Amino acid sequence: MAYDKFTILKSTAVPLPIENVDTDQIIPARFLKATERKGFGDNLFRDWRYNADNTPKADFVLNDPLYTGKVLVGGKNFGSGSSREHAAWAVYDYGFRCVVSSFFADIFKNNCLNIGVLPVQVSPEFLEKIFSAIFTDPDTELEVNLPAQTISLLSTGEQENFDISTYKKANLSNGFDDIDYLQNIKDEIQQFASELPF
Amino acid sequence: MSKTLFDKVWDSHVVRKIEGGPDVLFIDRHLIHEVTSPVAFLGLKNRGITVLYPERTFATADHNTPTIDQHLPVSDPLSANQLRALEENASAYGIRHWGLGHQKNGIVHVIGPENGITQPGATIVCGDSHTSTHGAFGAIAFGIGTSEVEMVLASQCIMQPKPKKMRINVTGSLSKGVTPKDVALFIISQLTTSGATGYFVEYAGEVFEKMSMEGRMTVCNLSIEMGARGGMIAPDETTFDYIKDREFTPKGEAWDKAMAYWQTLKTDNNAVFDKEFTFDGSRIEPMITYGTNPGMGIGISHHIPDASEVEGGVATYEKSLGYMGFHEGESMIGKKVDYVFVGSCTNGRIEDFRAFASLIKGKKKAEAVTVWLVPGSHIVEDQIKKEGILDILTEAGFTLRQPGCSACLAMNDDKVPAGKYAVSTSNRNFEGRQGPGARTMLASPLVAAAAAVTGVITDPRTLI
Repeated sequence: MAYDKFTILKSTAVPLPIENVDTDQIIPARFLKATERKGFGDNLFRDWRYNADNTPKADFVLNDPLYTGKVLVGGKNFGSGSSREHAAWAVYDYGFRCVVSSFFADIFKNNCLNIGVLPVQVSPEFLEKIFSAIFTDPDTELEVNLPAQTISLLSTGEQENFDISTYKKANLSNGFDDIDYLQNIKDEIQQFASELPF
Repeated sequence: MSKTLFDKVWDSHVVRKIEGGPDVLFIDRHLIHEVTSPVAFLGLKNRGITVLYPERTFATADHNTPTIDQHLPVSDPLSANQLRALEENASAYGIRHWGLGHQKNGIVHVIGPENGITQPGATIVCGDSHTSTHGAFGAIAFGIGTSEVEMVLASQCIMQPKPKKMRINVTGSLSKGVTPKDVALFIISQLTTSGATGYFVEYAGEVFEKMSMEGRMTVCNLSIEMGARGGMIAPDETTFDYIKDREFTPKGEAWDKAMAYWQTLKTDNNAVFDKEFTFDGSRIEPMITYGTNPGMGIGISHHIPDASEVEGGVATYEKSLGYMGFHEGESMIGKKVDYVFVGSCTNGRIEDFRAFASLIKGKKKAEAVTVWLVPGSHIVEDQIKKEGILDILTEAGFTLRQPGCSACLAMNDDKVPAGKYAVSTSNRNFEGRQGPGARTMLASPLVAAAAAVTGVITDPRTLI
């Protein structure tokens, strides 16, 4: 799966200050029936975003024209629950390239990295600063710099470093994925398999 | 150097370590189903590559399947399309496929163990977070995303950083009416839904040593609900007795050779864990959840805690109670129940139906409650019939459905209507999990049985 290379992203952000956002909320199970990867963005946060009659809920942030951008800022333990990669697809397909939180669930984080969405884990204090800055001024811009591994609030210049493995960083920077890597070491894998004792 | 059980299995499957990156981990068994595999196969097709070891992959239909009239064509065209895609992909790549109607069909995490596909010391993955179930056998088993499903099909490997290690000890004995599900819900309530994120858990102590394989599967199944990659239990005589003579387990000399290896699969005495917890099993009571994540659970006799007593944001807590229509300080006992669901990869095994039947025997189903009893597989369904459990259910006014994931995630027609309350033996009480607007309370098959005969949340200990 090829995706756009990720280097430096400068964007306003959409705030969602709720903890334990599970992947059932990001994309409810009834939208997992596709056999192709398309159209998931329309159903991102479907039940938080729309009423049962498909009218938008005015109090949900994705329906608020004040908040736009390619960065989604979520509360602690973002992406818990189901392993459905569709959640990451929905985030990407809607137009986000980066999700910021003080803590991510493992599988969601992996899924994001595998499809070209950068999960940026910041300290709880910095997360609060980001929320507060966005709520004060929805035009606040964030800069996510992958090569430097920093995230900054452009209005105040406040900045934090974030972690990412050098391997995943290289993948995101180049638009490569794990299958490209594994295809190149197929002989080594087959050798390993032939020597398995059981 | 002393190693944990997890180290032993993980390290023996590392094909290559990448500097500043993940390990390339060889996968022994890959389980697939209709929902998370079609895009992976499409990826293979687009790249022009094939499945490296088709004999290591097993396909079953479960998430979408109806639980009545399975002999008829599936009426939902989207579900039918996914089921057809699985069948066609399995056929095109030479993968074993147990589709709807096949005698071995059932929930992926139920059929793996019952057919001997799940074995100690193996690495097992599936595009489903409850793959952690298979850890009950001393396997490393975890859920993966669709890109990783494609990866495993293409290379039989995945790329993962090695998780940290946690041990959870539960000592002593469980009291009457307390089941493995209660043990798991208790642990999650203590650790919260993110308490084990980044870790692989080993469950140890008397409670697990005495537990049946079905019970161990229930506990390991729920590991993901506290954020863990997976959970595992060292294989012992209980494990070996369970797997012996199942279709895909080794036979004869191969069995002896495997046993010699499997018996080494335990944590060395001096091995170190990154984190360790110990709980007293005798203090656990039947559990029930009151909120919208599996960590929001309490002993059934307790009251819903105040926001000040729970970890996490007040706003999130209030949103959760608001969704459920509950209030701080309320008792759960006596709350009205509209639906009861027994089934899923958490509690759809024979022992769960035995427990349910033991409580409802001689009683009658509460009239106002809709009860869905869904076996995890055809093999479980057959056992229910052979053991006379179906007669007990019928006598009490219950009916049995056909196997599948059913109301656990409501991708088929088994949806709890908006606003209705369900006691569910499944694994997730997230908003809308059992249908848009449905309100789920997670509990054991015994608590489910007590609700099914009284129509309200009832402490099962008062009925047994």
